[in-house]
Amino acid sequence: MRFGASAPDADIQRRFLPKEAVVRLYAVVAAGGFRRYATYRVATAAGVFTNTVFGFIMAYTYIALWDERPQLGGYDLSQAVTYVWLGQALLMTCAMMGGGFEDELIERIRTGDIAIDLYRPADLQLWWLAGDLGRAAFHLLGRGVVPLLLGALAFDLALPASPLPWLAFLTAVLLGVVVSFALRYLAALSAFWLMDGAGVLQITWLAGLFFSGMLLPLTLFPGALGELARLLPWSSLLQIPADVLLGKRTGWGLVHAYAFQVGWAAALLGAGRLVQSAATRRVVVQGG
Amino acid sequence: MTEEATDTAEPVRTADLIELEGVEKVFDVRRRTGLVRREKTRVRAVDGISFTVPRGEMVGYIGPNGAGKSTTIKMLTGILTPSGGRLRVAGIDPSRERTRLARRIGVVFGQRTTLWWDLPLIDSYRLVHRMYRIPDARYRQNLERCVELLDLGALLDVPVRQLSLGQRMRGDIAAALLHDPEVLYLDEPTIGLDVVSKAKVREFLRDLNTERATTVLLTTHDLTDIEQLCKRVMVIDHGRLVYDGTLAGLHEVAPGERTLVVDLDRRLPPIEVAGARPVRVEGPRQWLAFPASASAAPIVAALAADYPLVDLSVREPDIESVIAKMYAERPTAP
Repeated sequence: MRFGASAPDADIQRRFLPKEAVVRLYAVVAAGGFRRYATYRVATAAGVFTNTVFGFIMAYTYIALWDERPQLGGYDLSQAVTYVWLGQALLMTCAMMGGGFEDELIERIRTGDIAIDLYRPADLQLWWLAGDLGRAAFHLLGRGVVPLLLGALAFDLALPASPLPWLAFLTAVLLGVVVSFALRYLAALSAFWLMDGAGVLQITWLAGLFFSGMLLPLTLFPGALGELARLLPWSSLLQIPADVLLGKRTGWGLVHAYAFQVGWAAALLGAGRLVQSAATRRVVVQGG
Repeated sequence: MTEEATDTAEPVRTADLIELEGVEKVFDVRRRTGLVRREKTRVRAVDGISFTVPRGEMVGYIGPNGAGKSTTIKMLTGILTPSGGRLRVAGIDPSRERTRLARRIGVVFGQRTTLWWDLPLIDSYRLVHRMYRIPDARYRQNLERCVELLDLGALLDVPVRQLSLGQRMRGDIAAALLHDPEVLYLDEPTIGLDVVSKAKVREFLRDLNTERATTVLLTTHDLTDIEQLCKRVMVIDHGRLVYDGTLAGLHEVAPGERTLVVDLDRRLPPIEVAGARPVRVEGPRQWLAFPASASAAPIVAALAADYPLVDLSVREPDIESVIAKMYAERPTAP
């Protein structure tokens, strides 16, 4: 499905286009997304510094907490501290508190520059998804690796020694990024109706901060709130990848975790498509 | 296969590349009138426009702000669906086959950019290469040509955000042409550019039109663009086509006036000089109007002889005043 009225044509095109060309286009977009963020080296260094400082603050807070209540949420102390540093490493990658394409997309909708994106022979959602995957790849390397290494130097972290858990973790991170993208895409598209996406972004920012498990692991919360928090899409962003790396999800548990992430990704991307086709029918007169 | 089938279903009967027949676009604008009450008003942005543009023609499409120019261009690219009428570009119904049409047209919006803001110019071109699936040899050849004619050689590795407006505009024009579009829509391509950049852009467009027979639809506020590029000009106002003909013809139906802005070395009573009439005085600065068809030289010579001139400049009639004049001369016009 593409934009509203053009859907049948797009389907025909899709069938007759060499797949390779499509892959190539979005690969270039993703590479561009990566390099755009790679351009700003000082900003990256400043970000790494911030992540590391926050990592230390949160690690000591967690240590105090776990000292009082060992095995809180099913984690031992070393696992809890590992969880903190994973949170810092994935904060930008999974864009738990925003900071990806959404500000730019909202700005383009507001100014009418979105018109340019619409006459391109490319799909709007795939275009932004590819760009965001490129960004996430950069943030994982540029903003994720160093804080995690520094954390591992300063604390005794429960990191796996064999490559397989790491691979499982990276898969969960990739799926988390897609879920995160789909959420932010929906939030950004609201600008077509609201003209100012700031409020919606703040809500997603708050929701992301809490429901991803960034403040505290979601396994700590008892009762209905805990159940709800673990069922919402945001748990795909940090809670699930962290549990995969910490070995809490293996075998069928791992399959279940992936299925949960894939399910939310599909549902949210699908919703994004529906909203997109409604929105592009509204592309009206911004900027004449 | 499918493309051929669609083409035979909608044959290009004439050499007309752009065809509009009674095209309309109506927007429903909701306006809040009370706490909850909302009033719905219909705005006819484009109100029954018909014209054709044959292959290889370069046409100026002008009108005041809000006349419906951009709405027309958006319909021609397929991002807006007409509310009524028939519209074809290269035999394609734009809004129904937006993606297929996109491969055959190029669009440049003067005030927007299609280039990647944070990345070197060349990265945007690599993207265009993939997006339009331009064969490698063709891509290299077109890029080389654009780089040479638009003087982009030194700019390819510069991030777009560091380019000047004129450089960025040339970069945008190149991006719109790498896939050899048959039709090029230019929306205010010279807006905000300095004289040298304007001249460069115009020269390039002229060459493109003669060499490649690219059909160009040009929207502008700058009548000099039209004068130098287009034999034919269409004027749109309030969503209707009010003039379609030569630029000379437009001056005939709406004889414009040029303005001479004169800076004197002190305040003086309104200047009296043959061939021009004073229209405004503001301290030592005065404005004189004279017919657009007349030469400024004898007026300037007379001024220089009789008055203490510090500086002067000539302003061309803008499109708003030409259209205002059109109504004044033809009170029966819609």
